[in-house]
This record gives sequence, C-alpha cells and structure tokens, in this order.
Amino acid sequence: MTSADWPLYEVFLRGKRGLNHVHVGSLHAADAEMALHHARDLYTRRNEGVSIWVVAAKDITASSPDEKDPFFAPSGDKVYRHPTFYDIPDSVPHI
Amino acid sequence: MGFDSAYEAISEDDPTADARWAFGTGFDDPLAGVDTSLPDGVDGADVAAYCVMLGDDALIASQRLQQWITRLPELEEETAIANIALDLLGQARLLLTRAGTADGTGRSEDDFAYRREPGEFRNVTLAETGVEDFGGLVLWLLAFSTWRLALTARLRTSRDPVVAAIAASAVKELTYHREYAAQWVVRLGDSTEYARARLVAALPLVEGGLPELFATTEVERRLADAGVAVDPSELHAEVDGVLGTVLGEIGMQRHDVAGGDEPLGRDGAHSAGFGALIAELQEVARQHPGATW
Repeated sequence: MTSADWPLYEVFLRGKRGLNHVHVGSLHAADAEMALHHARDLYTRRNEGVSIWVVAAKDITASSPDEKDPFFAPSGDKVYRHPTFYDIPDSVPHI
Repeated sequence: MGFDSAYEAISEDDPTADARWAFGTGFDDPLAGVDTSLPDGVDGADVAAYCVMLGDDALIASQRLQQWITRLPELEEETAIANIALDLLGQARLLLTRAGTADGTGRSEDDFAYRREPGEFRNVTLAETGVEDFGGLVLWLLAFSTWRLALTARLRTSRDPVVAAIAASAVKELTYHREYAAQWVVRLGDSTEYARARLVAALPLVEGGLPELFATTEVERRLADAGVAVDPSELHAEVDGVLGTVLGEIGMQRHDVAGGDEPLGRDGAHSAGFGALIAELQEVARQHPGATW
C-alpha cells in the first residue's frame, strides 16, 4: 500500500491556552483512528495541544478562490458595519 | 522579544506566551523537586545496578528503533517510531544518570552509554532483537512495551523517589507505545494474507525473548524485598494476558516457549549482532573522546 491509497485528513489542534481548535496541517491515514494517531505523532510533539480533531479532507466544503470577489469584496467598503460610530461613556472602562 | 536562553521563550512564566499558541509551553521536568537521597537500608550499588538494567533496556530498544528511521513504509510512521525511540532514550538518560549518583561513582549518562564494552550492558536480549520488517517491528514493540509498561506501572510506588518519579513519567509514554504497536498488529493481522504471514513469521523470534523477561536476578530480588524494585516474575500474568488479548483479536496462536537457563542479558550475555549495535551507538563518541553535546 502506498500513500497515494491513503486519503488525506486535515488536523485541528486546541492549544493549552487556546479556546478554539486551529487548523495546523494535514496528513495521510487509512482511517480516522489512524489519522488521530498520526496527528498526535506529527503535530503534538512539542507540547502544542490538548485536543485533536481530524476531518477527512473530502468532507470539507470550501469556498472557491474564483468566488473570492463576490463572496468577500462587498464587505470591504462597509466600514459602518463596525460598531465604532458612537462615544463610549467614561464609566465603561474595558472596551 | 529578547531571551537570555531559548528555554525562557517556551516557559509557562512568559507573559507573551499566549500569543504564540502554536508552540508548546509549560514543559515540566519529571525530576523537579524529587529527593535524590537513597532510601534507608538500601545498598546504593544495588540501586545503581538496577537502574543500569532498566536504563539499558530503554537505550538499546531505542537504538534498535532508530535503525528503522528512513526505512519505514510511511512518512507518518517514521515520526511515530522516532518519537517512541526518543521517549525511550529519555528514560534511559534519567535512569543511567541515577545509576551514576546512586553508586557514588559520579559516572555520567555518557559514561554508561558510550564508554562500556558490549559485555557490560545489562539489557534483556529482547531489547536488542533485530527484526526483518515492519510487521516484526510492531510485534516486537508490542511485546517490549507491554512488559515495560507492566514493570514501570508497579515502579511508581518504588521506595526510591527518583525511580518512582521516572516511572510515573514513563508510564504515560509506554501506554502510548503499547497502543501504537497493538493497533498496528491488529491492522496487519486483519488485512492481507501477506501482512499476516509476516506477523506469523516474526512471532517465534519475539516469543523467544519472553522467558528472560520474567527471570529474577539477585539484585532484583534484594531490591524487591526492600520495596525499591519489582520482581519481574510478578509481571508474567499481565504480559501474557495483554499479548493474548491482542493476538486473540486476529486469531493468532501463541507458542509454548520453554525457558532455558535465564537470565541472559542481565548477566551480560548478548546475541551475535549486539557488538555491531553497540559499535554503531558508540561510534561518534569514540571518534571524538571528550566531546560534549
């Protein structure tokens, strides 16, 4: 069996202090259980994480680079969507 | 960010560590705060001899695993085997260092690893057993890590505080090694005829090293009585049980292996290829006497 036969898995790690799982890379494995082992061996060797998710790459639906403009450009000039156009009272310190 | 030492950058105390989540923080030293004095009524030479046995088991098994680097079937397995070899090397370093302090000679881990003759090594011969292929490797690793896990799990309550601390940290590593090996043995045993045949072919070689694992030397007997060591004969049932469970998953039969005149490696009697293994281990250190790394 060669790597070409093994499907690709994407690896997400939650760091000790981090709140969210963050994508760290990908690997090949025969199934999800092996992917978890490989992820442990490849991506947590330097004490990076306390939790691992693996997801088969084929199960991820991603936005296409071709759709970049219609997807994301329209929000680029709408600064008024940020809640920055009002004064913060002095009695509210931590914003 | 300026640091006096690279280790400061990865310490838990660093207030800027939050932002660098991708690098691990909070490393701990398994021997931090551990009392290094010998327990009352225990001979330091015995403790040293025992630590050399357990340290050599780890050192030699690690060296065998390292020989597989670049020869494994997948890149991911390369890293897995390298990690396991590195775990065992870490255990060996702590145990050999303890040996040098316990017997009062002050010998360093390097003195033990690089400046002894093959006949002075005290590892069990299973640790030095060379296998032919990946199937043999995972079967060998299953047997070795099952036995070492059973042993170190009991050593966590050793009266020697250093041995107990080393064991407490090693148990977590060995639990993973055993799981890694077991899942590969089951995978291969359940897959193709060829993969299964490779396991079947390797089984007698691995089984041949088992009787020695449960033989008790004089040093072990004395230290077991003193609550420092584990009498290896106590491990037999657990190791047989685990191996039976894993091999039972794939319907593989164990053979009855009669012991000979054990112990072998604990007495310094090693197999034919052992000299070459030690020569490879010591080559760089012998070419550059006094070098530090």
